Amino acid sequence: MDSEPKKDIEVAPALIAVHPNQCSVAVAVGHQLRVFDLLAGSAVSLTDDSAAVPFHTDNIRAIRFGAKGKLFVSAGDDKTVKVWSTESWRCITSVSSEKRVSAVAINDDGTYVCFADKFGLVWVVDLDPPLRDKKPAPLLSHYCSIITSLEFSSDGRFILSADRDFKIRVTCFPKKPLNGAHQIQSFCLGHTEFVSCLAFVQAQECPQGLLLSGSGDSTVRLWNVDSGALLDTCEVAIKAGLLESDGKAGEHDHAVTDLCTVLDGLLVAVAIQSLQGIILLSCNVSAKTLSVATVVSIAGEAFVPTCLGSSPSTGKLWMVTGVSNLPGCNYPALARVRVISGIDVEQEPVVLGDDNIPGGEKLLETLQGNASVDDNAFLAAAEAVKTAMGHLLIKKQYPSANRESRKKCRNDRKLKG
Amino acid sequence: MSETEVNPTISKSTGLPRKRFYRARAHSNPLSDSHFPVSISPSHVDYSLHYPQLFLSSGQADSSKRIQFADVGCGFGGLLISLSTLFPETLMIGMELRDKVTEYVKERISSLRVANPGQYQNVSVVRTNSMKYIPNYFGKGQLSKMFFLFPDPHFKEKNHRRRVISPFLLDEYAYVLEVGGIIYTITDVEELGDWMKSCLENHPMFEALTEKELEADPVVKLLCSATEEGQKVARNGGQTFQAVFRRIVPSNQTS
Repeated sequence: MDSEPKKDIEVAPALIAVHPNQCSVAVAVGHQLRVFDLLAGSAVSLTDDSAAVPFHTDNIRAIRFGAKGKLFVSAGDDKTVKVWSTESWRCITSVSSEKRVSAVAINDDGTYVCFADKFGLVWVVDLDPPLRDKKPAPLLSHYCSIITSLEFSSDGRFILSADRDFKIRVTCFPKKPLNGAHQIQSFCLGHTEFVSCLAFVQAQECPQGLLLSGSGDSTVRLWNVDSGALLDTCEVAIKAGLLESDGKAGEHDHAVTDLCTVLDGLLVAVAIQSLQGIILLSCNVSAKTLSVATVVSIAGEAFVPTCLGSSPSTGKLWMVTGVSNLPGCNYPALARVRVISGIDVEQEPVVLGDDNIPGGEKLLETLQGNASVDDNAFLAAAEAVKTAMGHLLIKKQYPSANRESRKKCRNDRKLKG
Repeated sequence: MSETEVNPTISKSTGLPRKRFYRARAHSNPLSDSHFPVSISPSHVDYSLHYPQLFLSSGQADSSKRIQFADVGCGFGGLLISLSTLFPETLMIGMELRDKVTEYVKERISSLRVANPGQYQNVSVVRTNSMKYIPNYFGKGQLSKMFFLFPDPHFKEKNHRRRVISPFLLDEYAYVLEVGGIIYTITDVEELGDWMKSCLENHPMFEALTEKELEADPVVKLLCSATEEGQKVARNGGQTFQAVFRRIVPSNQTS
């Protein structure tokens, strides 16, 4: 790692999103958005009256279903946020952002879309009425930090934003969000690296749910969002045997990249850099603890998931790995989809073969593209994603010798030394 | 103590640090990535380090006491020193981004503690970027007073987001201030004075203090007189613009 990697090509990880009732699955890789309708068993062709194909002109950085599956939103480096109706798969609103978009969220009744830009500002767009071109209003701001994840609490009272400065902010989502969200409920502080992902677990006794967060410090943490109290920390990389508990080498090798709740939050799937498979955590809501249930490894191929998705009630976990614009690779948009089925507290989960996957070969053709690519490409892809994430989110450490030499001219230090 | 061990940065006559050894640039870039250590959360702030006599070692008695005043961008610490004796029972901290200036204030406080036993134990300073890390140091509603005295004006419009008073940062200040807590701002730049005032006026969680309240508040008088920057303005016969606001519960609490 002595040569500075080239900065000109920015790679983006492949993303996946699953409709809450598992009606459809979407994969985004590079600027391509691929959707497969599981009910009809066919690829979906998206339409946008105002834009030509491709609908996004640069890497897509965030996709998600929202409003109980009625809406779908995609956004990314081309500074546009597109809201799609999942019935017609027509783009109903297109919003221009001043900066690149890093995260999106839709509230449950589908009235507002929030998106975060790379300068730490969160914007809100009113979807009622769904006019074609909407002006976003600023909602809140993290001071010059990259926002990595946006999430509404289960009851819709709060909007949560996580950033690379180790911070999760819980803000009351106001009745008139276009005037800004000024009331901060809490900050969830405890991570010691960038926070990469957020997810909610339903809990009987607290309607807003318990918050889970994954981070570059290789932990998943459980929080009470009302008070910002840290309830439990699970050192997933150590627990899964990826990391010696005192091992300092390769500190950033096992950043948590994604979290996904399965079976209404009884289990939580965790994707970690360099892990060919996923870790399943069980979340005890009443005791407020997290523990590793099992590690599901994917045999037979190199598959380090870059993104996870699932619909709440099914025991299926959808995973994707891939990257856009991989240098030295013939495929500009590389993606591979796998599904883990039978996720249950009782039984052993199974990694489905390509022939058993819902939607079958047709789905894979749609979401992966038809090229067959060898393992090495995916390993290289995982490595590229890891490097890109590191560059984006990990603070550069300047050796103290460097800083000291620059301070030589300081009178106070000179005389004291 | 031998002759060679005498620290030349400390004045022999007053025992206070000499400012000429702590010269720093007037401004610092708040947008740059910080490399200094940052407290993970308010509960990680080591009070025994800041207030050694009041907190003998971490986690001991009297640990319920929390910092209540924050001087954001405290500079050379003039206001803190004045407040320290005015509110001897209150813990207060200065936050300063510039390394050398923080060093100076540290030295200044420790010399004052030596020269005046029992005094100045309630005041400390931390090097941090308060625009980024305020919630890492203070919990919800912890502070009763915040000071923003003679902040960097950042005249250019593209640099307005670097101003320490801005509509979005006020959300965070409102979070760390208790209801009824007071935010003090003062500047000698009219344009910035107007900006700070309008930011505060337009924020739903702040209201201006009345003339009467301003007169009754002993701290308001210190804004001009106690700080190095304020004294400089007074020497040059300059004008100052202050805005003092109270943290309130927003009227649309239902949200």
